[in-house]
Amino acid sequence: MGDFNHHLTHAARSASFLEDEPRTNWHNGAVMNFRKKRDATIKAIPEWEELRSLASSIKENVLGNLDSYLEQFEKAATENGVRVHWAADAAAHNSIVHEILNRHQVTRIVKSKSILTEECGLNPYLESRGIEVIDTDLGERIIQMRDEPPSHIIAPAIHLKREEVSELFHDRLQTEKGNTDPTYLTRAARLHLREKFLKAQAAITGVNFAVAETGGVVIITNEGNADMGCNLPPVQIHCVGIEKIIPRWEHLGVFLRLLAPSASGQKSSIYTSHYHQPKSGGEMHIVLVDNGRSDHLGSPDFRNTLKCIRCSACINTCPVYRRTGGYSYHSVVAGPIGSILNPARHPEQYNDLPFASSLCGSCTDVCPVKIDIHHQLYHLRQTLTEKGYVTYVKKTIMKMAAGSMSHPGKFSRSMKWMKRLLGAPRWLLYSPFNVWGKTRELPAPPAESFSDWYLKNRKKT
Amino acid sequence: MKIGLFIPCYVNQFYPKVGIATLELLEGLGLDVEYPMEQTCCGQPIANSGMEKDAIPSYQHFVRTFKSYDYIVAPSGSCAYHVRNHYDIIPQSADVEKVRSKTLDLAEFLNDIIGSDKIRQARFPHKAGLHQSCHGLRGLRLAQSSERVLPAFSKWENLLGKVDGLSLVPITFPDECCGFGGTFSVTEPEVSSKMGSDKVDDYLNNGVEYIISGDMSCLMHLDGIIRRRKLPLKTIHIAEVLNSHG
Ligand code: SF4
Repeated sequence: MGDFNHHLTHAARSASFLEDEPRTNWHNGAVMNFRKKRDATIKAIPEWEELRSLASSIKENVLGNLDSYLEQFEKAATENGVRVHWAADAAAHNSIVHEILNRHQVTRIVKSKSILTEECGLNPYLESRGIEVIDTDLGERIIQMRDEPPSHIIAPAIHLKREEVSELFHDRLQTEKGNTDPTYLTRAARLHLREKFLKAQAAITGVNFAVAETGGVVIITNEGNADMGCNLPPVQIHCVGIEKIIPRWEHLGVFLRLLAPSASGQKSSIYTSHYHQPKSGGEMHIVLVDNGRSDHLGSPDFRNTLKCIRCSACINTCPVYRRTGGYSYHSVVAGPIGSILNPARHPEQYNDLPFASSLCGSCTDVCPVKIDIHHQLYHLRQTLTEKGYVTYVKKTIMKMAAGSMSHPGKFSRSMKWMKRLLGAPRWLLYSPFNVWGKTRELPAPPAESFSDWYLKNRKKT
Repeated sequence: MKIGLFIPCYVNQFYPKVGIATLELLEGLGLDVEYPMEQTCCGQPIANSGMEKDAIPSYQHFVRTFKSYDYIVAPSGSCAYHVRNHYDIIPQSADVEKVRSKTLDLAEFLNDIIGSDKIRQARFPHKAGLHQSCHGLRGLRLAQSSERVLPAFSKWENLLGKVDGLSLVPITFPDECCGFGGTFSVTEPEVSSKMGSDKVDDYLNNGVEYIISGDMSCLMHLDGIIRRRKLPLKTIHIAEVLNSHG
């Protein structure tokens, strides 16, 4: 299921995920835990809603002036001795990174915080050019060993049970068979990674924020791998989506207060690291990546999503994600935010995702930067349908209904017809064609409708 | 004050009792209530499926039907939400603006316009759990959602708190979606049913007899699951509870 073949829709993938109900329940609970921890932490922050508004308006300003903030950032970073590169798309990003590595004859790199590099497909690109890429964050390393994509933006291996990790580590790291103790397993992973860190000739990381005023980047982690990576080898490369810019150093205070509580319910993450200049004798590179972001910025209905700080709160609260798993979204960024970002950029591959939602709106209420997520999903449904991405059958049926809704006579005839249909024999009502009836009874049709009753009992004329 | 009663299409056909309870409640308050016979559907199912342009004739029909009333009251947070928030794609004439701003969910109307203390005391001697429909909860803000750090309130509980004999039992995940989601219930039937089943279990585990909600669409979905699983649980619309005097 960890393949991203776009022929299988969210509905089909969910159906197979849900076949294993105990596992679905376990997954639901594991993800819900993030939400519970978030709630517990933020309830102690009385100014939470003000922080959200503030963060949203800071980002609003960024999106309105992105070009000048990016230039300011480039200038400040360059003055700090950092080399800044611009990548228009994934291909440019990959070749810029490869060119840097090539110049230093690097054959082994360590990587951390890498949703963007995942988006750009950097690993296979470098591996096919003879470079060993080791993802160092525990969850990332686990899925890398299993040759799987991430299923969650901050907990990429959330779909795996401890027993499965134990088995994998027994296979790959020769840990004791059947030992599922998390401390034991983490220690084994750490030993394995230490060796990789020591041998690495370069480090690549994503970043959480890039500060225009200072030209510095900020990386927030719990494991400290980004720091191990950046501080050991001579070459460090930071890949930055252009929407990561914030104008001023002092704005960090707002975002740092929102990010960790929203993500994991921690008051603050373990490591908040600031990188401003290369270490002595080393090189620091920053690759600013567009890859569809400026097009996205140009569509007024959906540009709000570029405020996203990738905290995962909308994913953790999503009742659909929790019960269908990350792979049902067949993309690197799953859940509600992924259901906007992916189809907004690649409608031909992801037009099922805006429909993979009950539009309950919980995502919008948890989002720390106040992205109107479920409204955007609703809008995307309209846009995708207008562009002709909705299937023929659905469209015809709905059109028939729409035609009758503005004609009371026709409408009440078709509703009556539907009611009569409900009086049909059970074998017909619950045939495989009836998707409602597979798991649910239909309402029992009453003797008369409300309007019939009203005519008899209230209508004076 | 002249009230136009809007009875959602599926309530009209499948749940006439809910329409009758709503009408009797409003009439009991001495209000001048009329059910315009020409009404059809608010257009939400079409629009939620991504075809809001096709729903425009039904939007215009709705406005034509209801423009002469002071308030349009519907026993459905979901339909009221749709009219208020999604009729923004048609030209905003004075009639459209009026209809949009004056279309209220029943609980909202009773709380905000009438006052919850004005309603004749109902009697419903049962243990029940509230189902907060998402459109009522986060769309119309009929209660505070658990995601936000803001003072708690609930227009549903305000009304139900005054019902004699009713014991309202809190459930474990009070604002988890039931999974109905309109066309979502048939385009993603497996996850929709799983969400509904989990929701039903939450009520069951908390020992309630009745699930009360302001939206019959959620209840149609939950009731379908309850009857399929043959569970000792019943569903009832808030209008029926507030109109019980037995
Ligand atoms: S959309 Fe909002 S809640 Fe979701 S990951 Fe982005 S910032 Fe977090």
